[in-house]
Amino acid sequence: MILFGRRLPAMSSLLIWAALWEVIGRLDLTFFVPPVSAVFATLFQLIQTVAFQNALSTTAYAFVLGVFFAIVIGIPVGILMGKTRILDELLLPWVNIFLSAPLTALVPVLMVLFGFGTKTIVITTALFAIWIIILNARAGVMQINRSLVEMGRSFGASPLQAFFKIYFWAALPEILGGVRIGFIRAVKGVIIGQLLVSIVGFGALFELYSSNFLMEEFWAVLIVLFTLAFSISEFLGYLERKFSYYAASR
Amino acid sequence: MAMSQTKPATAKGAAPAADIAVSVRNVSKNYDDVQALKDLSLDFPRGELTSLLGPSGCGKTTLLKIIAGLLPQSAGQIEVDGKTVTGPGPDRAFVFQDFALLPWANVLRNVAFGLELRGVAKSEREAIAEKYIREVGLAGFEKSFPHQLSGGMRQRVGLARALSVDAQVLLLDEPFSAVDEQTRRKFQEDLLALVANEQKTFIFVTHSIEEAVYVSDQIAILLPRPSRVSEIIRPSSFRNKGVDNIRRDPEYLDIVDQIWASLRSYVE
Ligand SMILES: Nc1ncnc2c1ncn2[C@@H]1O[C@H](COP(=O)(O)OP(=O)(O)OP(=O)(O)O)[C@@H](O)[C@H]1O
Ligand SMILES: [Mg+2]
Repeated sequence: MILFGRRLPAMSSLLIWAALWEVIGRLDLTFFVPPVSAVFATLFQLIQTVAFQNALSTTAYAFVLGVFFAIVIGIPVGILMGKTRILDELLLPWVNIFLSAPLTALVPVLMVLFGFGTKTIVITTALFAIWIIILNARAGVMQINRSLVEMGRSFGASPLQAFFKIYFWAALPEILGGVRIGFIRAVKGVIIGQLLVSIVGFGALFELYSSNFLMEEFWAVLIVLFTLAFSISEFLGYLERKFSYYAASR
Repeated sequence: MAMSQTKPATAKGAAPAADIAVSVRNVSKNYDDVQALKDLSLDFPRGELTSLLGPSGCGKTTLLKIIAGLLPQSAGQIEVDGKTVTGPGPDRAFVFQDFALLPWANVLRNVAFGLELRGVAKSEREAIAEKYIREVGLAGFEKSFPHQLSGGMRQRVGLARALSVDAQVLLLDEPFSAVDEQTRRKFQEDLLALVANEQKTFIFVTHSIEEAVYVSDQIAILLPRPSRVSEIIRPSSFRNKGVDNIRRDPEYLDIVDQIWASLRSYVE
């Protein structure tokens, strides 16, 4: 953002919104919006409690596991789809359906299939993230320069070598883009999982605070969540830019 | 011109059969409903540079890729050193028109990539790559990435990569078409030196008549689809007169005119 000819640091627009939030909170218009200063005060108390730290580690565990599976399954599947015509025609309709499907509605089915524990939450998280990762890896492979593929063949690359030494790297900018969006979706997935499957982690905190109208705590947890998601997304965006120098010249 | 003189055609006459490195026998190629090559036969003598010259779309790239084993032919066969080609092999290396470099790898890794795929140990393949990087005049750029190089330099990387796998046959598909005219002339001179020093068989696709006549021991003129060889020209006299004199040599000029005469009817 540029103001009066000066470049303001990233996110400084948030300060304006924070100020507005503070004013509305002070005016006491609605219980739903407590002053932001009160929210932050609560936040600093909250993050020192055992309950919060347990919730954080439970959520992080399910989140990391879910994203891990989404990545290690999603990237190879996407690359193979981009490489192999038959596989692509077979799987693409399903990927598209699940990408736009209301996955939340599927969670009860998952609960029947996989039980009411962490397993189902991890699967929910993975399901939220995986489709965009697949689609992006596929798109990355599909725009690969034909002659790069022929180069690999003419110098005798085995299918495995072609996969790891050419296709993966050629698709890396798109793959990272997909992983970044996948991460954001996974945040949604893990919270929805925790709300619907078994009331644990951040999901339990949200449930507890909102049903008891503890809005300061509610907002505090939301801010923590936002900050975590935002930092991960920014970091992946940074990686993406680092690798995109060659995206134009493939 | 008074200084024009006929040279004995025996200086580089038809090469003896034993010295044929690549032999194309009655090859046809159909793409769905397009017949690109029809019953094409052509021999490529060992240690020489043969150009494929012909109008756009006549099947030069198709023929080169069939020889490389990248495309299956519809009929006929290719032999390299008497062995039938069934796919890509270490006896042939390809230089791509659009360079086909790995954008995420530096020059050293790109040049060594053919050896890397063959499982040659890192120190060994990098030593070989460094030698060819020097040979193509890119010393000092080992750590540069393709996007930091000019088109001409990128093509040198592609050339060094093909040289470093030490294949007997080098296949070049319009390798100089993406570089400027000065670079191109320098490349042509370097290519002549390479053919003289490397004892390899070069198969070279080009659009440029002058370029073909300048660098070739043998020029195969292809006619438009369905394509076959209409004429084989073997320049005989000017090759050993030194690179600076070739473009002024009467035989050079005659051959250029002769090729233009046979091709002009297809360029409308
Ligand atoms: N994958 C393909 N599918 C269908 N037709 C093709 C394919 N590749 C080439 N052709 C056709 O085969 C013919 C020969 O193509 P090719 O690329 O070999 O020509 P070329 O001589 O290399 O042309 P240029 O000089 O323009 O590079 C062309 O008419 C082209 O339309
Ligand atoms: Mg071509």
